[in-house]
Amino acid sequence: MTSIRKLAALSLLASLVLTGCATTGENPKDPWERQNRAVFAFNEGVDKYALKPVAQGYDYVLPTPVKTGVTNFFDNIGDLWIGVNNLLQGKPADAASDLGRLLINSTVGILGVFDVATPMGLEKHEEDFGQTLGRWGAEPGPYVVLPVAGPRDVRDSGGLAVDLLTDPLSYYPHQVAVRNSLWGVRLVNNRAVLLPAEKVIDEAALDKYSYLRDAYLQRRRNLVYDGNPPRPKDDDE
Amino acid sequence: MMKRLLSLASTLLALACAAPAMADDAPDALVKRVTEDVLQIVRGDKDIQSGNTQKAIALVEAKVLPHFNFNHMTALAMGRDWNKANPDQKKVLVTEFRTLLVRTYSNALTAYKNQTIEYKPFKMQPADTEVLVRTQVNQPGGKPVQIDYNLEKLDEGWKVFDVVVAGVSLVTNYRDTFTQEVRAGGVDGLIKSLQTKNKASEAKAAERK
Repeated sequence: MTSIRKLAALSLLASLVLTGCATTGENPKDPWERQNRAVFAFNEGVDKYALKPVAQGYDYVLPTPVKTGVTNFFDNIGDLWIGVNNLLQGKPADAASDLGRLLINSTVGILGVFDVATPMGLEKHEEDFGQTLGRWGAEPGPYVVLPVAGPRDVRDSGGLAVDLLTDPLSYYPHQVAVRNSLWGVRLVNNRAVLLPAEKVIDEAALDKYSYLRDAYLQRRRNLVYDGNPPRPKDDDE
Repeated sequence: MMKRLLSLASTLLALACAAPAMADDAPDALVKRVTEDVLQIVRGDKDIQSGNTQKAIALVEAKVLPHFNFNHMTALAMGRDWNKANPDQKKVLVTEFRTLLVRTYSNALTAYKNQTIEYKPFKMQPADTEVLVRTQVNQPGGKPVQIDYNLEKLDEGWKVFDVVVAGVSLVTNYRDTFTQEVRAGGVDGLIKSLQTKNKASEAKAAERK
């Protein structure tokens, strides 16, 4: 638990310190581009030599239904915090649906391994504290690439700190070994889900760094507005 | 979460290119017709499902490309820099950008697995010349992903000029990269980067065979 707190404190601190940095880059959304690219390169290295090989092994060995079960299990745990965030954003109906999902999937869905709530019409939502801050009017601030955690903006770095502090897997189960294993499996599973995407991104991007940056920024804006963002001003002519 | 999004987005980019059909269709009917057309072919084609990119490219070129306005897409991707290009440069830019997009999305099409498309309610005024057609991709065991098509009315019918997957425009996502390239090496610099990229992808594809 202490390590989680430290991690959360660190990312919060990072977001505060970064806000005070001098503007250096040419892209107004990415004033810390030079530092960000360095961290991005570091993350790519970690991925290439540590995370990706493990994820590939995992993907190769396990049959699809097992992988789906693992994804569902962690998704189910996430529904609690998603529901809380929907409540904080003033969407009680969505929050009720999220908690309904949690209830149904944890019981009928056998500890969340099976997602029986979706076919019942309770759609999965995607919320986190960064989006809640956005709903409350916080500006995203500059783009920042965090070590290991990857792309964020300043607002979402603060959001991440809160997300980590409220992550049930940070507190339960009490045995450190079990908890660390769960963190590990979640990390590897999340990475494995990404494997097919990688080829496409490599083919699409002239510059992987800026392609991922711009996709992240667009995506977050879309999420804060729940899929209906105001049309950005058209400056293409 | 970013990871989840990217993975979903790209597995499904595939379906994004599965847009448009005939000139006199209403825009929503057009999107639906072409999407279903392409998916039906992919469902019945073991080669595409097992990663035959060449075949996927041929499918996209035959069924999808006629309904896209690549001039507009390239202009949109370049933003203000579009006007810095002369007519010859514009021509090359459009060709190279089209090659890049087609290869990327044809590749994504090979990742198709049992997804189904839901077409969102569509409304437009008779006088509208620009519309948004919204769809949602549902996949067993995964979260639904939004794919929206921006269409414009031209003399020859409705044409797609932007595709937005999970909130990410596949066109304007290039804007900052292109700006950066033009700033560094001018319009010719951007052309060169695009050509280098396309040649590298082609070489890689040839190697894989």
